[in-house]
Amino acid sequence: MNIYLPIAEVSVNAFLLMGLGGGVGLLSGLFGVGGGFLMTPLLILIGIPPAVAVATEANQIVASSFSGVLAHWRRRTVDFKMGLVLLAGGLVGSAIGVQIFSLLRQLGQVELLVSLCYVVFLGVVGALMMVESLGALLRTKRGAPPKRRQHSWMQGMPLRMRFRQSKLYISAIPPFLIGMSVGVLAAIMGVGGGFIMVPAMIYLLGMATTVVVGTSLFQIMFVTGATTLLHAIYNNTVDAVLAVLLLVGGVIGTQIGVRLGPRLRAEQLRILLAGLVLVVCAKLAWDLVRVPEELFTLGGGGGH
Amino acid sequence: MIRLLLPLLLLALPVSAEEQVVAALSQNQISITTDFDGSELFIYGAVKREAPAPEGALDVIVQVIGPSRPVIVRKKQRRFGIWVNGAGVQVDAAPSFFAIATNRPFREVISYTEDQRYQVGLDYAVRLIDDVADGRYPEEYRRAAIRLKRDSGLYIELPGGVKITEETLFQTRIRLPAQLVEGDYRARVLLLRNGQVLDSHETGIDVRKVGLERLIYTMAHEQAALYGLLSIAVALAAGWLASAFFRFLFP
Repeated sequence: MNIYLPIAEVSVNAFLLMGLGGGVGLLSGLFGVGGGFLMTPLLILIGIPPAVAVATEANQIVASSFSGVLAHWRRRTVDFKMGLVLLAGGLVGSAIGVQIFSLLRQLGQVELLVSLCYVVFLGVVGALMMVESLGALLRTKRGAPPKRRQHSWMQGMPLRMRFRQSKLYISAIPPFLIGMSVGVLAAIMGVGGGFIMVPAMIYLLGMATTVVVGTSLFQIMFVTGATTLLHAIYNNTVDAVLAVLLLVGGVIGTQIGVRLGPRLRAEQLRILLAGLVLVVCAKLAWDLVRVPEELFTLGGGGGH
Repeated sequence: MIRLLLPLLLLALPVSAEEQVVAALSQNQISITTDFDGSELFIYGAVKREAPAPEGALDVIVQVIGPSRPVIVRKKQRRFGIWVNGAGVQVDAAPSFFAIATNRPFREVISYTEDQRYQVGLDYAVRLIDDVADGRYPEEYRRAAIRLKRDSGLYIELPGGVKITEETLFQTRIRLPAQLVEGDYRARVLLLRNGQVLDSHETGIDVRKVGLERLIYTMAHEQAALYGLLSIAVALAAGWLASAFFRFLFP
């Protein structure tokens, strides 16, 4: 069944879009990532104009992350206090990121920067997670006790706060800074930033893994909400029909993912996410270095 | 003698005017609805003539041309081992859709001068207005624009797509793709003999979004902030609904 999208101005198969939404939603619920880093390239691949893909994807992530937050909230696995600190940093970071983005756009190299950002961050995050979770898996198999990380430098900073659900008593400055850096990257790369946020929460802050996914989704929901609104106002590129098709699949996928998550082991879950991130990274890196079949690309005219 | 011949000559000159084209379209209005999946245009007509058909084969060109928009064409270049988009070249006019159907291969039907005079071929539809004189070979970019649009099914050439019956009736079918953009399209029928254009006929086709498509498009452009907020509200509602539904299913 084909549906004509009013803003994207193309006709696409509705079931294909719902399926894509479902698949990415499942990842959302499982890993606490928005899934933008997967969905945006996929949408562009099926012929949606890139500007519409980025903006509409943000709108869809609002739906799936809200759906995920509700499920996690009921299970009390959202650390709202931590989420708010991260969000405050995130909003500051987004504002900075948007400025950097427009500066680079004037220099004409924004696409390269976005691609490189993707490759570098996906590669680093994926590799770190893979190594760490494989190590953890081996340790548990051998029966050795998992070592606890110490965060003395975080405890030494001012503005200490108790994050009860994260089982942390640390300064609010590190989470704020992490939120901010992720916000900068998210604005430049046009994604929610979950795939950077989740590992940062686990490895840098040392948060209890049970609350990481819910808290990350809580933060992503606000960031993507703001992104949707900005794109709608300044670029008119949010396609409501496309968004609805994606989010019908997306919210269902998220719910399944949230329910599936606790049944899988944390290490296995992280290995899966790391593998996925590395695959996407390899694909993007390959696209940058291989000789393109078509050297030319078409872009919109005028002041785009 | 000359006085006697002159009126005859004058009569003989507008020979072209003696053959005229009458054409019609199956539809002058195309509505883009939510389930729009392309459309087929049936273009047909006849040749009106007072005298018997003159020497030479009769040819017909049928064109459907969409609204023109500027496009930016970028070429990838290798820098530090990776492929980077170079600075773009703006192709000032490129129709969003272009279809041309002829009864024989295009180049056999029309002479180069007539092609230029009536601006028939793709080369006249896709143009660079400003000459970019900085050594970036804009012609290469223009050709790339044509090639890319052709590959995505937006530029269609149908040599042999026009059927002529008895030197009088002609008909063709042009399939409009699903990724049609709204705007004022025009359909043009050219009647030719020996590479010369005898007559032409042009009609507009109104391609418009209707219903829900229209509503969403208008709102997204005219009440952008409200539209953005509504989009978020819909997303939140959907997220809540799914969550509530699953809680109901699996308590």
